Parts: sequence; C-alpha cells; structure tokens
Amino acid sequence: MTSPASGTAHPAIELRGISKAFGAVQANKDISIRVMPGTIHGIIGENGAGKSTLMSILYGFYKADAGEIFINGSKTLIPDSQAAIAAGIGMVFQHFKLVENFTVLENVVLGAEDSGLLRPSLARARRELKSLAEEYELNVDPDALIEDIGVGMQQRVEILKALYRKADILILDEPTGVLTPAEADQLFRILGRLKEEGKTIILITHKLREIMEITETVSVMRRGEMTATVKTAETSPPELAELMVGRKVLLRVDKKPATPGANVLEVRDLKVTDDKGVRRLKGISFDVRAGEILGIAGVAGNGQSELLEVLGGYEKASGTIRLNGELIDLTGKHSDGQSRRHRGIAHVPEDRQREGLIMDYMAWENAVFGYHHEPEYQKSRLFMDNAAIREDAAAKMGRFDVRPPDPKLSAKNFSGGNQQKIVLAREIERNPDLLLIGQPTRGVDIGAIEFIHQQIVALRDQGKAILLVSVELDEILSLSDRIAVMFDGQIMGERLPSETDAKELGLLMAGMTGEAA
Amino acid sequence: MQKMPQWADVVLIPLISLILAAVLSGLVILAIGENPITALTIMIDGAMGSKYAWGYTLYYATNFIFTGLAVSVAFHARMFNIGGEGQATLGGLGVALCCLYLPWPHWTLAILGAIVASAAFGAIWALIPAWLQAKRGSHIVITTIMFNFIAAALLNYLLVSVLKPVGSMEPATGKFPEPTHLPNFAEMLAPLGISFSRGAPANVSFIIAILACFAVWALIWKTRLGYEIRAFGHSESAAKYAGISPTKIILISMSISGALAGMMALNNVMGEAERLVLNATEGAGFIGIAVALMGRSHPLGIFLAALLFGALYQGGAILSQDTSIPVQIVLVIQALVIMFTGALDNMVRVPLEKVFLAFNLSSAKPATKPTAAE
Repeated sequence: MTSPASGTAHPAIELRGISKAFGAVQANKDISIRVMPGTIHGIIGENGAGKSTLMSILYGFYKADAGEIFINGSKTLIPDSQAAIAAGIGMVFQHFKLVENFTVLENVVLGAEDSGLLRPSLARARRELKSLAEEYELNVDPDALIEDIGVGMQQRVEILKALYRKADILILDEPTGVLTPAEADQLFRILGRLKEEGKTIILITHKLREIMEITETVSVMRRGEMTATVKTAETSPPELAELMVGRKVLLRVDKKPATPGANVLEVRDLKVTDDKGVRRLKGISFDVRAGEILGIAGVAGNGQSELLEVLGGYEKASGTIRLNGELIDLTGKHSDGQSRRHRGIAHVPEDRQREGLIMDYMAWENAVFGYHHEPEYQKSRLFMDNAAIREDAAAKMGRFDVRPPDPKLSAKNFSGGNQQKIVLAREIERNPDLLLIGQPTRGVDIGAIEFIHQQIVALRDQGKAILLVSVELDEILSLSDRIAVMFDGQIMGERLPSETDAKELGLLMAGMTGEAA
Repeated sequence: MQKMPQWADVVLIPLISLILAAVLSGLVILAIGENPITALTIMIDGAMGSKYAWGYTLYYATNFIFTGLAVSVAFHARMFNIGGEGQATLGGLGVALCCLYLPWPHWTLAILGAIVASAAFGAIWALIPAWLQAKRGSHIVITTIMFNFIAAALLNYLLVSVLKPVGSMEPATGKFPEPTHLPNFAEMLAPLGISFSRGAPANVSFIIAILACFAVWALIWKTRLGYEIRAFGHSESAAKYAGISPTKIILISMSISGALAGMMALNNVMGEAERLVLNATEGAGFIGIAVALMGRSHPLGIFLAALLFGALYQGGAILSQDTSIPVQIVLVIQALVIMFTGALDNMVRVPLEKVFLAFNLSSAKPATKPTAAE
C-alpha cells in the first residue's frame, strides 16, 4: 500500500496487531490496517467476520486484548467513545441513535451542549449546521422532527452529528441497508464530497457492489482475520467474494425458466391498519401462481412485513385472500397461524431470531415449532413424543446440511446461516402449497446464501408457489420470476426481471411511477 | 457455548450465596454480642436435630414447595406471579368451605375434595389479574400484589362477619369435623412400625407436594402445553408467529400457578390448623418467589430450596426461643438468605462465569472451535 500524493503524510488511522476474544471466540486476530487521509476505505466480510468488533474497538466500545491504535501518526488510547470523539472519530451506526421526538437541531446538539443552558448551544449549532450544509451539500431542515423525516434524511443527521463534533474520520456501518438505491446514490455523493474536503471514511458493508463503486482500497475480513487489503481498481467482485468465503462462490442463481401453473394465492384489496391507526396496507392485490417465485421488492417498512404477517396468520386485515380458490379466514376463529399451516401455507419469517426460532430452545424443539400440534409429534393427548421429534430433527438437519448437526444444541449457538437452514428445513419439509419467505439471506454468510437460494428454486421447480420478500434488490432480481414493488403500503407496479433493472425498480421503490421517471 | 458447567449453575452458585449470607449473618450476630457459631449450631439442631424438628421443617417446606411451584409455572411463561399469598389465602377459604359444609366420610375423600376446592379458589384468584393482563395490559405484578390485599381484606370480612361460629370471640372458623383431619407423620408412619414425634405438624400433604413436583415437571417439559408455555415465555413474538395464542397461555399458566398456590392450604389449613384463621399463610406466598428463584424454576431445585427455607424458618424460630437473640435479628438472617440466593444471584454468577471462562481457555484451548459456518 502506498500513500497518495503527499508522500510524508501519516495514515489517518493505523491499527497494529489488534486482537480481541470473547470467551473462546477470537473475534479479531492480529489485525493491522492503514487508512490514508482523504480516502474511502472499505471493510468487507461476512456476518460474524469481526468487522463490527473491530470498529467498536476503534470507537471505544470494546477494549482490545492486544494491539495499538495510531491516529495521524501518534499513538492513541481509546478507552471510551468520548475519547474516540476527541480523537476526531465519528460513527454512523446501522441503527440510528436519534431521539424520535426531538428536532434535527436538538439531536445534533444532544450530548455536545456548550453549557447548562440550551439556547446558546442551539444558536451556535444552527449557524454551524448551515455552514456544514453549504460545505458538504448536506441539506436538512434543522427544525424538523426526526419522526417526520425519511430514513435517508435521518442518516444525514447522523453524519451531521459526527461532523458537528469535528470528526475527521467517519465510520459508516452498513449504511445502505435501509436506503433505496436512489438514496444510496445520494449518500455516496455526499461521501465523495466529504472525501474531497479531506475527510477519511471507513465503509463497512457486505455488499460487493458498494465497495466497487466508491472505495479506493478494500480490506477483507474472514473469521476474525484480515485476509487481504487490495486496491479496489485492481480487484473484482468474484475475487472479493472468494476472499470473503475462502472458496469460489456462485454469485448468480442458476435456474431454469419458470413454468407457472394455476393461481395458488389470490390477494384482493388487502388493507391493514395498525394499533396507532396508521394504514400499513392500502388495498393491495396480486396473484402468485404454482411453480413461480413472486418477488416483493421495496425499502424496509413499506408494508412488506405486514403483508407477510397477514398471510402468516398473526395480523388482522380486511379484503380477501384465496388459496387454491378457497377463501381464507382473515379475522375469525380460523385466522391464526395454526390454521394457515393446516391449509398449506408455510412461512419463513423475516426475523428468524425474534419470530422463526426460540433462541433458547434446542434445535430439535425448534424443528417442530408451529407444527407442534401435528399428530405425528404426539404421544398422547397431552404429551409430546420428544424422542420422535429429536429423530425427525436430526434427519432434517442432515438433509439441510445444518452444522453442527447436533439437535441438542440451542438455536442461539448456531451461526445465522445455520439458524436459517433450521427454519427452512422445518417449513419446506412440510411440503406446503405456498411458501412465504422474508429476507431469506439477511445476516447469512455467502456460502449459505447459495444453498438457501438453491432450496427455494428447487421448491419452485416442484410446482410450489413462492412469495419472496427481500430488501436486497440483487436477490429479488436474481431469484424472482416476477417482481412487484411495494411503496407506502401499495404495489407500485409489477415487472418481469428480464425487462427491468435496478434503476427502474429503485424509482418504483421510491414511490415514483413509470411516467414520472 | 456453555459458559459454565451445569453443576456450577445448580449447586455452586446457591452454595456460595448461602455461605455469603451465613458470613454476613454471623457478623450481625457478633455485632449484638452473641456467638455466631453457637447460634448456627442451635439453628441447625433446631431444624434438623430431632424428629420433632424435622416435623416442623418439613411442614414449612411443604408450604414453600406449593408456592415455589406456583411462582415457577407462571415464570416459565414470563409472568411474575407475586400473588401467591392471596391465592393461598383464597385456597384456604376453599378448603374451609369444603371441609365445613360438606359431609365427608373419611379424610381420603375429604382431601380429594379439598384439592379441587383449594385449586379452584386459588386459580380463580389468579385468573382475574391474568385476564386483566391478557385483555387490558394491566401489569401482572401490580395486579397480583393488589389482589393479595383484596384477599386479606375479603378473608377478614368473612371471618369476622360470616364464618365465625356464633358466640366465638375469635375471627376464625370453627374446628373442621373429625373425618376431615389429615394424618400427620406420626399417624402415617405408625402402621409401618416407625415412631414419629406426635406434636409435629408435618402431614400427608407433604406427599401431595412431592407429587405436585412430578406433575409440574411433566407439564413443563413433556406436554404440548408446557412447550407452548415455555415458548411464549422465551419469545412472545415467536409464539405469535407459531400461532400460539398469548391470551390462552397467560390465562392457563396463571390458573395453574394460582391453583398450586391455593393447594398450599391443604397443608397449613387442613393439615395443621384444622380451621381457618386470619393470616394463615404467614408470608409463604412471598417465600415462594425466593424458592422458585433459587430452585431455577425446576421442581427438583424448588424441592431442595423449599427444604432449606423450611429449615431456616424452623431453625430461626428455635433460635429466638432458646437464645437472647431477638426475633427481629432472626428475620434479618432469613432476609439475608433470601436476598443472597434470590435477588443477588448475578453478584455471584458473573465473577464465577469469568473464573470458569478463564479456566476453560487455559485448559481446553485446542478443543474450542467456533461453529463451522459454510
């Protein structure tokens, strides 16, 4: 690695030999990295590779077991986040740390007040924000409430918070996870602008596309180790993927064209209003046919979750849903999850840790979760046949290559990918007519993604109907046979993957219809 | 990855907690100018030194098994049932009505009737807060505490104005009829040729308590209902996904919990007092919380913890009776044990986990491999 134009410059950040263990797990192993000032440096790796741990050490959340940190050439101790801020480091977290019912201005000032009196701080912050906005094209209304502004704007507030605290080094943790493609492009423009002004940026992500698009150098992490640091211009996505996983991976899904049959699911005018009276689904209609995958694209929070919950039987709705031509009870006695499962609807939920699994249950207990009423798992009217369930679980875990294949291990002790395989095995092996699947590969390592995608396609090829919800546009584009885009509780349009691209879908995801674009 | 071996979790932590409580109690006794070693000897002797002592220890333990099981069943569904006291009070009412107003020919039948009555009364008393929680979101901790007061007031009224025999000065029911008297240990063991202290109150309901331990174990770990209760307790959102009705689980688990608390009345009302008096529960409902915590909500643990607390109660009573240590200090000792074993669990647990972790790392380094993920 060579330094840019200014040959004598110190790296903005240098880490030497950082190690950190949590119990027996070595989260970071002897990691060294140099980031030159005024550059964008990407850190890429699978979930659990140790990226977040490394950044938490840099931001003072964790104390490294060994190693040193140098900021602008001088050795710096960072025992807490105050010290990190003092050293000029700012962090934009994946989950924003904003007070929803405070204004932008109040959030920026929070924790950095000049004195006990608020008014002078706010006045100074207002002036400062104005100049920052001009300098970096970071326009935000300082008096808007956080809850009233969009996710992209909220992220800008996080960046402004860091800049207001005089950060020269910005760390962004998976910043595009909640953004539309257009918002992501805007973010990248802002980051480019910050770089021009001499800021140093570290971008943590698992998306190869983003790395290729805006970074100068990229470091790859795998299982706690830094496996490579390369110039972005001199590498390619397949090479990076291989470095991340440690073997060659198929980035595209291999599938035959679909041969759709009759409608399995018919949804008409589906409406959902939540507890606060907000309308989450505003009358949506669509069909899913046998032997096809309908992909629902959209930015998180535009009604996709509610759609899955209604179909899965744990959210009330109005409208009609037909399965194989027969009406499904949406509000009455048979509107619960058990009834849906009996009708042949299987559901891999979006959040496997909160919904799909009981993390403290062992794998075998999880392998029948939701189907624990089925007669083959009962010994008598009251008692479950635990021995049979264990045997059944071991077989399923073998067929779905769950590692380690130990039915007595608690769900929380499996990696994300293997947890997902347990859920998938449970749902697919019931041989459903319709599979609902939300965020099938969120938090799943690349190696397991391949396997999960193959399973979904195989189920389709058996003539089953699949409703896929994902915020990963790449996943939607490569898996779906038909794509519907959701925005603000409505379906903005349907497209065929062969006749559309990320750009068009991105516009639909932002609520713009074809004519406006 | 297991942080600690199970034996450390189940045995070592309670043991260390107990020793800490004993040391602190010793200091308290020293501070009032008594000899802690003598005090400890008197307590142990008073709780376990004779058949008479065991007869009392097991009597108290029976109460604590029922209330401990009650707390644990609710806790598996993540419900904090603080209302064991009130439910046991109502259970006592059920037993009293059952024994006083129905003509029982023999105690074997009377106890079956009393089980039904006490369980039903306790369950109904728990069901009202459960319903308020499930349907109205009223916090179960608050409502069950309030229901303790309501139960006490209700019983007060009934004993003073309704159930008191004509001419009696005391707020208590009349003596239960002879055929409802439960055999105590002396009467139970006599046919086997074993003699037991005649004055000790431990009785046949101790056997019922042990059966209840087995029943709760089977319920929680072997039945579909137990599976659903635990699932709901671990994750309400996952339970909803699986089609488990939160309302159903809250109502059922709280009813079972209340029924168990109510069944405590078999021991203290039917077995010992043989009539219903004011404040018959003597705080056993609250001790049940500590017993369930110390017993890790497992019936075996609850059984052992109940024995310990039973011994502590009986030993403490003897201590204040035989020495000049005032009864308030005995209460302090009991409170210290409850505090260390129940509330301050993490104070011992966290450092101990670190010790085990350090030990594991140094001894088993090559064996620890992160779970394969591919």
